[in-house]
Amino acid sequence: MMGAIQTGSDFLFAAAIQAPQLRPEAASSIAEGVDHLYFALTFITLFFTFIIFSTILVFMVKYRRRAENERPPDTGEHLGLELTWTIIPTLICVGLFLWASSLYFENSRPPSASTEIFVIGKQWMWHIQHPEGVREINELHVPVGVPVKLTMTSEDVIHDFYIPAFRVKKDVIPGRYSSLWFQATKIGTYHLFCAQYCGADHAEMLGWVYVMSPADYAAWLAGGVPSQTMQQSGELIFNKLGCASCHLSDGTGRGPSLLGIYSKEEELKNGDKRLVDEAFIRQAIVNPNSVVLPKYPAIMPTFQGQINEEQVLQLVAYVKSLASEERKTDGK
Amino acid sequence: MSTATIDVPEVPTGSRVNYLNAQYGVKSWLFTTDHKRIALLYLVSITLMFFIGGFFAVLMRLHLIEPQGALVQPETYNKLFTMHGVIMVFFFLVPSIPATLGNFLVPLMIGARDLAFPRLNLISWYIYVVGACFTLYAVISGGVDTGWTFYTPYSSSFSHTSVIPTAVGVFITGFSSILTGLNFVVTIHKMRAPGMTWFRLPLFIWAIYATSIIFILGTPVIAITLFLLALERLLHIGIFDPAIGGDPILFQHLFWFYSHPAVYIMILPGMGVMSELVTCFSRKRIFGYSFVAFSSLSIAIISFLVWGHHMFVTGQSIYAGLIFSVLSFLVAIPSAVKVFNWTATLYKGSISYDAPMLYALGFIGLFTMGGLTGLFLASLATDVHLNGTYFIVAHFHYIMVGGAVMAYLGGIHFWWPKITGRLYPDGWARFAALVIFVGFNLTFFPQFMLGYLGMPRRYAVYPAEFQVFNVMSSAGASILGIGYLIPLIYLTWSMRYGPAAGPNPWGAKGLEWTTPSPPPTENFEEIPVVTEDAYDYAESTVNRG
Ligand code: HEC
Ligand code: HEM
Ligand SMILES: [Cu+2]
Ligand SMILES: [Cu+2]
Repeated sequence: MMGAIQTGSDFLFAAAIQAPQLRPEAASSIAEGVDHLYFALTFITLFFTFIIFSTILVFMVKYRRRAENERPPDTGEHLGLELTWTIIPTLICVGLFLWASSLYFENSRPPSASTEIFVIGKQWMWHIQHPEGVREINELHVPVGVPVKLTMTSEDVIHDFYIPAFRVKKDVIPGRYSSLWFQATKIGTYHLFCAQYCGADHAEMLGWVYVMSPADYAAWLAGGVPSQTMQQSGELIFNKLGCASCHLSDGTGRGPSLLGIYSKEEELKNGDKRLVDEAFIRQAIVNPNSVVLPKYPAIMPTFQGQINEEQVLQLVAYVKSLASEERKTDGK
Repeated sequence: MSTATIDVPEVPTGSRVNYLNAQYGVKSWLFTTDHKRIALLYLVSITLMFFIGGFFAVLMRLHLIEPQGALVQPETYNKLFTMHGVIMVFFFLVPSIPATLGNFLVPLMIGARDLAFPRLNLISWYIYVVGACFTLYAVISGGVDTGWTFYTPYSSSFSHTSVIPTAVGVFITGFSSILTGLNFVVTIHKMRAPGMTWFRLPLFIWAIYATSIIFILGTPVIAITLFLLALERLLHIGIFDPAIGGDPILFQHLFWFYSHPAVYIMILPGMGVMSELVTCFSRKRIFGYSFVAFSSLSIAIISFLVWGHHMFVTGQSIYAGLIFSVLSFLVAIPSAVKVFNWTATLYKGSISYDAPMLYALGFIGLFTMGGLTGLFLASLATDVHLNGTYFIVAHFHYIMVGGAVMAYLGGIHFWWPKITGRLYPDGWARFAALVIFVGFNLTFFPQFMLGYLGMPRRYAVYPAEFQVFNVMSSAGASILGIGYLIPLIYLTWSMRYGPAAGPNPWGAKGLEWTTPSPPPTENFEEIPVVTEDAYDYAESTVNRG
């Protein structure tokens, strides 16, 4: 305790001579845009705070009570004034809303040609897997200047993947996939935090993001010596769990052929139309009865509990690759 | 006030029969149905809760002086911020102004002898106490570590702490809010004195009315939500945990559907107090009475439509995000209108700087900053960065502590002579207001910086580069802590030793100032007849004394 107070006062002293950092590093393609909005908001805040404070101060001095029985005149109502200070804030709010929303709209849509990386949050660490099969824990290596899309899920409670230097954050939720994208613009090392309280060691669920030149990144990937790519691991699981026994590639099995289903639209038995994306494939594996197809009986067993989220992701990667193989054959 | 023909007897406090000395003994308090005594019961209980919650906060801030944590294990830190949040929100701030000042003043301000249902009022207090006991039991039996937000599936399937007792405590206390709200609504509708039309009501009553509506409509939702949480935790019925077929985000929708309006439960009564203070200490009619009154109601209504702004980063659809964002901006406008109207009320007034007015001016400043920083969070693009960081912590403390607690203290100082019949030392009170203002800003302003730099909230340890601002914040917290202790001391002192207050020491308008201090049990010897508008400071003469 005494030690704490000691370091505390040391730090105040240090703070007095060496001004602390005020702006976080801006290392992604969206960071500058977000900061400009932030600065504008700061300006508006300071401006209105100044107006209110100075008006109050002036009134306090000018109209201070000079005699105990002073009776100030009634200044009455003033509709014009009321309307002015309703309409001006409304206009400012509309402006801010349009600015912030269009920026958000832009910032939240990943470019279509993004590199994809998979993230699993688990009390209290981040498991990350690159499509090439390289795995890392609490570290994320990415190339500079390339859009990266993260597909994320959680094994247990809600976490939140947050890279302050990139100004991106997204909840990582059990039972579903969420995604987030960024394009790093500066080589360097940046904090990675969990920003959703998740239990005892929430504050230690952090790591580093390494932004590397593309050449360094390629070298790093190669040095990772993965035994298999995600898709190959997926294929192994696919065969081991007997998926292959129902899902024959020519469509003659008890289940539909999975060839080329990725990114197609699928019509379900209940009439819903669903895009086959990562989330859909995941749902078909862990909760098949919720996505029954019209021409098939609901016989696919659930695999929830038998495989973990990482294996599900590998299966998803494999099923997705079936789509690109088909595209290749189409091209012939 | 010229309306009621009451000549106030110049008898020293104590020799005249009033609600405090009408009866003696513990029983006379525990079985009272007098709204004024019940208000005091609440005052004592929430003050106790405030200092328990505050004690946890002080421990947290001490702990955060060092990046690796100076005081406790992370598990303990997590319990500290959870119990701090639960106690401060559900057991201090939600009941604060309505249950103490509201209980005391609603009948007095509208010219009634009591609330519509005096016994229900007493039951509400007992319910509050039972709820508080459950929560304090949870604290003693090892604490709870889910955060005051109880997010699932952590709270329902993972936490090993006393989640159920805490949830039961909050659940029970909710009924106390609902019943109090009901009591106020009926009273305000049915028991106004002759001539007290809706548009002659003091704005404090409008604010309490709007708050009561939120109590009645919102509180059942949090009750149901916590009930479902308990069901899942005890019986493993899949509601929120995806591992057993539930939806974790559903919980957040339900929780914030109550808890965002609850934010306005906490601030609206404060706004009501503000209107009383600013008019009295500038001797002016409120500028734009109807604008201020209707802004309370529109805030109450819109506040039910913005819950999704707590969930911008949960993966909510972009379009849902846009709608919640625009509605959140919308709710900022009536709040701004109020600030402008209070400021304009000062214009050409006769402004004095008694302690309650200093709290009121502090409120305007801090609430303005709290509200404006809300715009950063209503803006989708910046919220993505700031959500879940210390920026949030700073923002809601500016509103809830800088705003609501400041107004609460201002109100307590304003009506203290009426409640106790005694004056407190004005110099000390002004000094305390200043200490609180300075301490508050030093505690919470650095947290805006921390949030923008990216420090997540609810971190028991943190990277060393965040230390400077954390140390500043902790230094501020110790000043703030002292600032809150000073009033506790001199107010308690004044109950026994303070000079007797006359019926109207501030020269204020309003029916409550036309009765003796402290008021007799029946409030008014004769029910007054109201013939003038609220805040009619200009015409009649003001008698201090
Ligand atoms: C008992 C046979 C059977 C087994 C084993 C089986 N499936 Fe299925 N699967 C089906 C059937 C039938 C459907 C059609 C929809 C439904 O009823 O759910 C289906 C649907 C799917 C779909 C959705 C296809 C679409 O076009 O919408 C995917 C993806 C899928 N299965 C993947 C798998 C994976 C991965 C495994 C192994 C872990 C697996 N299945 C094991 C029978 C099976
Ligand atoms: C005495 C001054 C106070 C100090 C120093 C203080 C400090 C803190 C701190 C350090 C946190 C935890 C931040 C985190 O780790 O996430 C916190 C959270 C919180 N405080 Fe205070 N606080 C004070 C007063 C109050 C008051 C009066 C209220 C009344 C409403 C309040 C309401 C809350 C709430 C609701 C939370 C959120 C809990 C959570 O979700 O983390 N605080 N406060
Ligand atoms: Cu976490
Ligand atoms: Cu809200």
